[in-house]
Amino acid sequence: MSTDFYRDGEPVADAKAPAGPIAERWEKRRFSGRLVNPANRRKLRVIVVGTGLAGASAAATLGELGYRVANYCFQDSSRRAHSIAAQGGINAAKNYRNDGDSVHRLFYDTVKGGDFRSRESNVHRLAEVSTEIIDQCVAQGVPFAREYGGLLDNRSFGGAQVSRTFYARGQTGQQLLLGAYQALQRQVAAGTVDLHTRHEMLELVIVDGKARGIVVRDLVTGEISTELADAVVLATGGYGNVYFLSTNAMGCNVTAGWRAHRKGAYFANPCYTQIHPTCIPQSGEHQSKLTLMSESLRNDGRVWVPKKKGDDRHPADIPEDERDYYLERRYPAFGNLVPRDIASRAAKVVCDEGHGVGPGGLGVYLDFAAAIERLGRKAVEAKYGNLFDMYERITGENPYERPMRIYPAVHYTMGGLWVDYDLSSNIPGLFVTGEANFSDHGANRLGASALMQGLSDGYFVLPNTISDYLADGPFEAVPEDHEAVVAARRAVDDRIAFFLGNDGDRTVDSFHRELGKIMWEYCGMERTEEGLTKAIGLIRSLKDEFWRRVKVTGKNEQLNQELEKAGRVADFLELGELMCIDALHRSESCGGHFRAESQTEDGEAKRDDANFSYVAAWEYGEDAPVLHKEALEFEYVKPTQRSYK
Amino acid sequence: MKLSLRIWRQPDAQAEGKMVSYEIDEVSEDASFLEMLDVLNERLIGEGEDPVAFDHDCREGICGACSLVIDGQPHGPQAATTTCQLHMRKFKDGDKIDIEPWRAGAFPVIKDLVVDRSAFDRIIQAGGYISAPTGTAPDAHAVPIPKQDADAAFSAAACIGCGACVAACPNGSGMLFMGAKVAHLGLMPQGQPERHTRVLGMVAAHDDAGFGGCTNTGECAAACPKEIGLDVIGKLNRDFRKAAIRAA
Amino acid sequence: MAVSGVLLVLFLIVHMAGNLHVFEGREEMNAYAHGLRTFGEPLLPHESLLWVLRIGLIAAAAVHIWSAVVLTRRALAARPVRYASKKPAKGESRHAVATMRWGAAVVFLFIIWHLLDLTFRTVNPVKDVPDAYGAVVATFSPERWPVTVFYLLALFALYFHLRHGIWSAVQTISGPDTKWRKRTQAIGLAVALIVVLGFAIVPISVTFGLVS
Ligand SMILES: Cc1cc2nc3c(=O)[nH]c(=O)nc-3n(C[C@H](O)[C@H](O)[C@H](O)COP(=O)(O)OP(=O)(O)OC[C@H]3O[C@@H](n4cnc5c(N)ncnc54)[C@H](O)[C@@H]3O)c2cc1C
Ligand code: HEM
Ligand code: HEM
Ligand code: SF4
Ligand code: F3S
Ligand code: FES
Repeated sequence: MSTDFYRDGEPVADAKAPAGPIAERWEKRRFSGRLVNPANRRKLRVIVVGTGLAGASAAATLGELGYRVANYCFQDSSRRAHSIAAQGGINAAKNYRNDGDSVHRLFYDTVKGGDFRSRESNVHRLAEVSTEIIDQCVAQGVPFAREYGGLLDNRSFGGAQVSRTFYARGQTGQQLLLGAYQALQRQVAAGTVDLHTRHEMLELVIVDGKARGIVVRDLVTGEISTELADAVVLATGGYGNVYFLSTNAMGCNVTAGWRAHRKGAYFANPCYTQIHPTCIPQSGEHQSKLTLMSESLRNDGRVWVPKKKGDDRHPADIPEDERDYYLERRYPAFGNLVPRDIASRAAKVVCDEGHGVGPGGLGVYLDFAAAIERLGRKAVEAKYGNLFDMYERITGENPYERPMRIYPAVHYTMGGLWVDYDLSSNIPGLFVTGEANFSDHGANRLGASALMQGLSDGYFVLPNTISDYLADGPFEAVPEDHEAVVAARRAVDDRIAFFLGNDGDRTVDSFHRELGKIMWEYCGMERTEEGLTKAIGLIRSLKDEFWRRVKVTGKNEQLNQELEKAGRVADFLELGELMCIDALHRSESCGGHFRAESQTEDGEAKRDDANFSYVAAWEYGEDAPVLHKEALEFEYVKPTQRSYK
Repeated sequence: MKLSLRIWRQPDAQAEGKMVSYEIDEVSEDASFLEMLDVLNERLIGEGEDPVAFDHDCREGICGACSLVIDGQPHGPQAATTTCQLHMRKFKDGDKIDIEPWRAGAFPVIKDLVVDRSAFDRIIQAGGYISAPTGTAPDAHAVPIPKQDADAAFSAAACIGCGACVAACPNGSGMLFMGAKVAHLGLMPQGQPERHTRVLGMVAAHDDAGFGGCTNTGECAAACPKEIGLDVIGKLNRDFRKAAIRAA
Repeated sequence: MAVSGVLLVLFLIVHMAGNLHVFEGREEMNAYAHGLRTFGEPLLPHESLLWVLRIGLIAAAAVHIWSAVVLTRRALAARPVRYASKKPAKGESRHAVATMRWGAAVVFLFIIWHLLDLTFRTVNPVKDVPDAYGAVVATFSPERWPVTVFYLLALFALYFHLRHGIWSAVQTISGPDTKWRKRTQAIGLAVALIVVLGFAIVPISVTFGLVS
């Protein structure tokens, strides 16, 4: 069913996952993969782009194994990768609580949570490896929360029925990343890893069909250089910033992945975006990013809006019977604890109907009055004090006295570069880990599982699977003047020269903001055929305008933050279009992707397994992208419709 | 509101810098300090001028990238708050605000308000880790850790590596940053085997990088957005003394 | 720095206590001074204890000044470019930022004067070395009030130096936890006050004729 927007291509298959009982597949694959003998590892060079959980863990581990690693990040220190911001926790099937958890249950929950759009083999491996991650991190000195007996504490998270989430106050990502960062710095000192901070990858070098290097720009001097190697690993994080406003850090971008995509790597399920329900609403046009308030707040806070439209009374003056506790009303079984996608959409529905509160009517109340009455202010303060303080710093309102205002915001991107079971993209030698790849979370990610995936990929999976590829190396050295290298560098130079030379009159940010609005409006919480078609048109003309009118000041040979942004926004514009095409073609609702045309009578998401039980892997095409489908099979967890009524 | 800013402008590491004045209008009090600078930058670009460069990333107080000295105070006037979390409602209409980069020989200015903090990474490389190669770990419950120790270790580990301590210290010393890491790892049983080599290595790297010596003035802790306390410096001193005596 | 500082503090406490002999009168004070010199005689040579103390003191002072110079130079190098705008210090020892270094310089000048005055008697009207009492009374006599003022000023600087120095030395040597740090700060403050007041009382009493 090709449309004007894309063409159909051959199906793809993931040939690397072994057959047989699911619990034995990873063991089998590890055994069948070839090894590189320790003496040869020194001769093999691996580039790792990214120093987040996925990148730092991989670079450190590969360094420990004896490979020569070149590691890159655009921040001034590898410790500042965006993984640092994760708050809630990390899952692991340790069953330390004896509450019935197991590898199989974590596997089951994750496949179901992903709304049956992920691969069983991958998810099972993730669940298996999860326990080793906790051991590893504890050994590194990660200060996880503990109980009085001295053992690790767990909490239940994101509506899970078992307590399997390990956490370090509200800063789990930070502590896990510091563990990986320290392991990485140890390798830097040992000389196995060359770390390049403030460097941005701008192009992938492919020689004879294999990924052999990258072109980077030194963000301080502007120098463009090439790093050549035997394999390239992209661990470059998520692309939620295509929406301009998101909970991601300002620098998060898709450039590395998109450059690889343009060179042939498939981009899978780009439209799968997670929108988190509890974020602080936008306060004005100046706003640059949105701040997440931990999901745990929903354990004690009640969500409501005034029944009367446009009711602008002080919330305390609105009597009980004029309030609509809409989550409790619509989902009596789960109430305020429904999964993220459901809670987000419900908030959008009431705001669209005109019940929203705060600036622009884009907000709902998260009210702790009942909890304060029931538990006492002290107890609430002990549990959520620092979150309340953060809220007050940002909004200037005191949440002990006035309910918080929250609104959904873009948070995580399940889509990413397509990889097989070995985490290899369809370009030999190009591996992709962490949020940058598409694997493991299907159409919806459960809380506390991204950290798990990043570390699983970096510490345990990639170091094992990459050796199978590197066993054929070292590959013939690529000379600096090889035509592929020269062409990649020229492409980078040309783009920079264009930006600096363009006689434009609009700032990069103004384009980014406009793109974000289009994406949020039409490819956000609710998507329709009409809206997406319109969005594609709008993005195309915006892209056109961008290349005509963008204005970048300064020169290349200096720290030039506008130039950095220009390149990123150029890639976001292309990605945004692909996301809309992907969302348009998937006319079912699943996980984070809600198509208004595909809903049940009472307004819930309706999946279409007969037609859409596949991964959409997009190949770049000059005129139109080409769709390759990878069929999904479910042997162990039978697809069912999710219900939270 | 309307503000008069004086901002340190310096085109690159070699160039001379100076304070340059800017007037800015219609600043929303809901904007964060960095968003206020975004607005100024949009205007500067419109006027064809080079926008003000400053480091930032997460804008939620956790990555440690943002680093402005506002009216002489690293991260500005609000306690326990990073620059990115500082909001304009803390200022008044008509205020004059000075904005400067972190000042330290070990943190050379790269451009405008952006400095090079790689010296901190070098301190960590010199021992700020526990050697636990991937795959060698015993079960996470093999060694219980008293809750108080784990909590104290966490509080020290909360350091975001921003460098405000150095910027605030009259001696340009990195003791609070270093102490936070030494305290974090030294409070955990896993950290014991390397405790002595760690502190000796880190202190040597610290001094090599050109940070000043600590005279316990406590300005660092007052500026620290994560409220790391002076007791970590005490711990560092104690470990250093023991390690130095042992090594001698 | 810390170890030499502690030695200097100990010396000061002893010295301060010794000075209070002034209130017992000429005989006792001079006997005390004489006692210090003849300690252990005839087994030990004249002034041995005093010289042991002096050598210790000179060593401590030398180390102290040397480390002070090193630290100050490192601090200057560690902040080659100053801030354009200054804010009052906010830390736990905020007074130290403003007072430690110039205060030390004042104390240094004071000590030189003081040695010329009361040890070598170069600038003291009473040249008779055994008569410490006489020298003290003479130097602080009401007509020489500027001397008294200078002494008091130096003591004021010393107060700040000690108030910070004492807890700082403890922090450097033993690294107390938060509770003990607060206590050491209080102790430092108390010792500084006692020492400085203990010293100050002598010139004040002499100048106002309470001792003559
Ligand atoms: C506010 C927030 C809270 C979260 N909370 C949780 C949670 O509680 N639990 C959970 O499981 N997950 C959580 N997540 C999700 C999770 O944190 C991320 O998905 C995960 O950390 C991503 O890790 P990563 O290593 O893949 O990417 P990142 O950490 O984003 O790292 C990307 C790296 O790539 C580098 N890079 C990118 N592009 C380039 C380029 N072109 N050139 C050079 N370098 C480049 C960057 O410098 C960086 O080092 C949260 C996310 C957010 C935003
Ligand atoms: C010659 C005069 C002196 C000089 C030049 C001097 C200088 C200094 C300096 C520069 C410091 C470092 C503290 C800072 O800069 O904040 C210091 C600390 C200190 N000084 Fe002095 N000082 C002198 C006399 C004394 C005396 C007479 C005493 C005691 C009676 C003393 C006790 C201390 C102590 C205890 C410290 C703290 C040590 C530490 O921080 O580890 N000093 N001094
Ligand atoms: C204000 C009150 C003080 C009085 C009355 C006083 C008195 C004296 C006297 C009488 C002597 C000579 C002792 C002798 O030779 O027998 C002396 C020596 C000395 N005083 Fe003081 N003093 C005072 C304060 C101080 C202070 C504040 C310091 C240091 C900061 C100090 C440091 C010394 C030193 C270093 C010596 C030389 C010790 C020696 O000879 O070995 N004094 N003082
Ligand atoms: S100790 Fe505090 S001020 Fe210093 S780097 Fe860490 S967080 Fe920043
Ligand atoms: S401000 Fe500086 S002097 Fe020491 S106590 Fe802090 S490092
Ligand atoms: S921008 Fe990350 S801490 Fe301020």
